[in-house]
Amino acid sequence: MELVKNNYLDGLLPAQTNLPPTPRGWLNRLRADALEVANASTAPTTRDEEWRFTDLAPLYKTSFKRAAAPAPMNASDIEPFVVPEAGCRLTFVDGHFAAHLSVLGATGGLTVKPLAVAVADQDPVAQAHLARYVDFRSEPFVAVNTAWLQDGVFVHVERDLAVPAPIHVLCVSTRGEVASYPRVLLVAERGSDCTLIEDFVSVQDNAYLVNAVTEIAVADNARVRHVRLQRESTSAFHIATCGVRVARDAHYAGASVALGARLSRVSLNVLQAGAGAQCQIDGLALIAGRQLADTHTLLDHAQPDGRSRQMHKCIAGGAAHAVFNGKIFVRKGAQRTDSAQQSRNLLLTERAHVDTKPQLEIFADDVKCAHGATVGQLDAEQVFYLKSRGLTETTARELLTFAFAAEIVERIPVPSLVQRLEETVVRQTQTKTSQS
Amino acid sequence: MAGKTILEVKKLTATVAGVVILKGIDLTIRTGEVHAIMGPNGSGKSTLAKVLAGHPAYEVTGGEVLFEGGNLFDLEPQERARAGLFLGFQYPVEVPGVSNSAFLRLAYNTVQGARGKDELDPLEFDDYIQDKLKLLEMDPAFLERSVNEGFSGGEKKRNEILQMAILEPKLAILDEADSGLDIDALRIVAGGVNKLRNKENALVLVTHYQRLLNYIVPDFVHVMEAGRIIKTGGKDLALELEDRGYDWVAEEYRAKAAA
Repeated sequence: MELVKNNYLDGLLPAQTNLPPTPRGWLNRLRADALEVANASTAPTTRDEEWRFTDLAPLYKTSFKRAAAPAPMNASDIEPFVVPEAGCRLTFVDGHFAAHLSVLGATGGLTVKPLAVAVADQDPVAQAHLARYVDFRSEPFVAVNTAWLQDGVFVHVERDLAVPAPIHVLCVSTRGEVASYPRVLLVAERGSDCTLIEDFVSVQDNAYLVNAVTEIAVADNARVRHVRLQRESTSAFHIATCGVRVARDAHYAGASVALGARLSRVSLNVLQAGAGAQCQIDGLALIAGRQLADTHTLLDHAQPDGRSRQMHKCIAGGAAHAVFNGKIFVRKGAQRTDSAQQSRNLLLTERAHVDTKPQLEIFADDVKCAHGATVGQLDAEQVFYLKSRGLTETTARELLTFAFAAEIVERIPVPSLVQRLEETVVRQTQTKTSQS
Repeated sequence: MAGKTILEVKKLTATVAGVVILKGIDLTIRTGEVHAIMGPNGSGKSTLAKVLAGHPAYEVTGGEVLFEGGNLFDLEPQERARAGLFLGFQYPVEVPGVSNSAFLRLAYNTVQGARGKDELDPLEFDDYIQDKLKLLEMDPAFLERSVNEGFSGGEKKRNEILQMAILEPKLAILDEADSGLDIDALRIVAGGVNKLRNKENALVLVTHYQRLLNYIVPDFVHVMEAGRIIKTGGKDLALELEDRGYDWVAEEYRAKAAA
């Protein structure tokens, strides 16, 4: 059994011959290093502490291959996913960049382009930052993603530039048994301000694998808002790692919503690397059936006067399983850190379950850290109160479930997404509350 | 001149978590009437109110209740609300994340819609509710807050009466509508309730204190003890209870029962 799992990553990896070398030696070396690490790694099992609650066995039953070419798609196919507020959009279909479905932005000071183009252009910023904020040596899925590194998204916001329109990265999956390896690098220079939307969608209910890596560097006094929507097919596997470095007085606000996938795992690591760095991390997983949604976060306060706020919510219906592991790390020098974390979980059925594990590790002595976790069902008194005002049991339950989710959705800084997600939440809670 | 019978409670018994709380209640309420149900703590007043509204924690073990001639217990709580039964909660429930205006509009559309009135969209509802807010001297800012969340005791009670004003019940049962209110808030709540009274509806006030009855004058005062109504009188009975407490009523009842 163990041997089978050990070999699984090998099946995902490129044969040396099958990935054409890029013209850039540094990238070829990076990929070769990652490949070496991935080859030497074992696929995680529930015996690994970081994967205790998330059994990847269903993933290991299928071998996924990278699509040789993107499936043909028209602009009308992605119409439902277009964000009107966005200034530019990079669309990937089955892991391949789709130029005809993309709108590139290159206004003064803002670069948004495929990573392959940035590499070909010898962009020094891309070279300096790529693979700096995630660690392929310790995370096997990051190693696999990096071994495949060929294309992706490169966003560079120059000093003091405020970009009002969100930058939209759309990853569309169309085919079963396909693995794709999205990669995003966002570099926000000192004093800049921007919003990144990553949206993972599917057009068919297929079993595929998305193994995504996102890296975000927020320089001194810059602000980045990061919206992450995972609405994959409910047969799909979604494994994502996001590394964020927040410099002095900089601000990172991440809002992540997980609705899809048979099995999803998002690891978000935020390093508050400068004094006075701030972050706000909001998460919502809304799942049912036999879905599993796992969110692992690490907020690492490395410097003094940092502040972090985190609210993670899970709503699990059917026989779904939600996992939250939220680690707050306050290093020795990070005095006067002010950190608060809340994990709130709603179980809609008796078969649904949640594993929530807040972890505080504090090595500084002058800090304010609050955390709390609740797991519960809809409050019977609230349901009765609403029914006593004429609402049906179903309407009452849906309203209460919606309200629970809306708190997170409303924090997304893109109105059209808030509206659409609220509609989705209404639909999902309608089907999910009725699945017993 | 007696109105139409709206509620008939016959030999009602009920339990909560296996404990018998109601031990045989008989009560008849007609339109145009105000009934006060008084009694010491634990006598079963609130239980009676919750049983009538259909709270799931209470189990009816015997007797019957007719609401406008039909079996009340055939109706789910939401059907009772639509049929015109209203319970003003002793402790109104906080519902974070649900705006008061959305909740009130949903309740209005559900209950009044069931009676054939047009449903109101948010703008129409906003117009409609302004008068009702004035009735209870409530700031429109109430509407934008989550239902009862962070409301003071008085604000919660006013919000209950606001719901009553919107739903226009045939029978309103107000459970301790006055508890925790200062005199100004009490006047506002009582004034609002009085304006909602008419010949077609009826009111039951469940209360521990006589004070409320100075503002909403009852036609009948019932005294409950140990799960039974042990005495019924007119409005003067409330004053007598205020002076003499409840013990004498219980003694009188026991003496009568022994005889």
